[in-house]
Amino acid sequence: MPQDTLTGGFTEAPQQSARAFRSLMNALARPGTIEEITGGTGPAPLSAAAATTLLTLCDGEMPIHLAGGHDTDAIRQWIAFHIGAPICARNQAMFAVGTWQALTPITDFPIGTPEYPDRSTTLIVEMDTLSNTGATLTGPGILTTAQLSLPETAAFQQNRLLFPMGVDCYFTAGTRIAALPRSTKVEAH
Amino acid sequence: MSNLDPAQAARQSRMSLLAKSEPSRLAALFPALADVPAHTWLRTPEVGAVMVRGRMGGTGAPFNLGEMSVTRCALTLPTGEVGHAYVQGRDKDHATRAALVDALMQTARADEVQATVLAPLTAEATTANSARAAKAAATKVEFFTMVRGED
Repeated sequence: MPQDTLTGGFTEAPQQSARAFRSLMNALARPGTIEEITGGTGPAPLSAAAATTLLTLCDGEMPIHLAGGHDTDAIRQWIAFHIGAPICARNQAMFAVGTWQALTPITDFPIGTPEYPDRSTTLIVEMDTLSNTGATLTGPGILTTAQLSLPETAAFQQNRLLFPMGVDCYFTAGTRIAALPRSTKVEAH
Repeated sequence: MSNLDPAQAARQSRMSLLAKSEPSRLAALFPALADVPAHTWLRTPEVGAVMVRGRMGGTGAPFNLGEMSVTRCALTLPTGEVGHAYVQGRDKDHATRAALVDALMQTARADEVQATVLAPLTAEATTANSARAAKAAATKVEFFTMVRGED
């Protein structure tokens, strides 16, 4: 078994997961804010931010979908050792990890039901870079407007129309993370 | 579970032995090992609960017997061997020692570890098991039917 599938977990789980959770919560509460998140590292191509997010939010009852280039044996074994989560198809996923190209079309993922809008997927979109430029965001958690370098806008506008159902997205690049909840309105810049 | 190769079966049996061993006994035997190498954590010791399941008579439908506390950890030696431990109870030092024994058993020092730690533990486990089996056997009731002489 390659060594790096066993390494990269939290070394001080209580403190590191609490700090990571705070970053994740702030990112989702203030869409467009870019937070630093560290603690975990996974096998390539999983970024440190995505690895830490999975370690913090997932457990053995949280089906994860690995899209495209992220569906490697190393990442599957890393998830099996550190999280114990089952790997599943798109239509059963509670979390999905991959690049935007691999994750689209996002309409395949569960969006919840009107009674249980929480039974939807959280997408972790791996990006090369993340910056406060590009699409304009407005909505809950944003004082006036915010900007985030989204991979596209049309899919997020469609997703907004499904409210209160729909998917939530995290965007990760290296150790940086930003979020786009389903409640945010997106306009092309 | 039956198609394990001999090395896996041996590891399974020693991990089973360590999981059920008495923390104080392992703590007493472990210092006899000279120069235990420093280790790096892959998973720091953590306490959790597992559901113990049983089958009536070993073949019936599975049922939940109850929860028990378990401590697990995983570590690696400087030479690259990975040791895992799942032990009963809440003793984190006990889990660390069990994982170190598992890791050292994969190195060239396996015979030394076997003789110093595992052999005494195995002997004690066997004695305890047979004592318990003998106690249970003493309470066994033999049922038989008297010949009733009806015909």
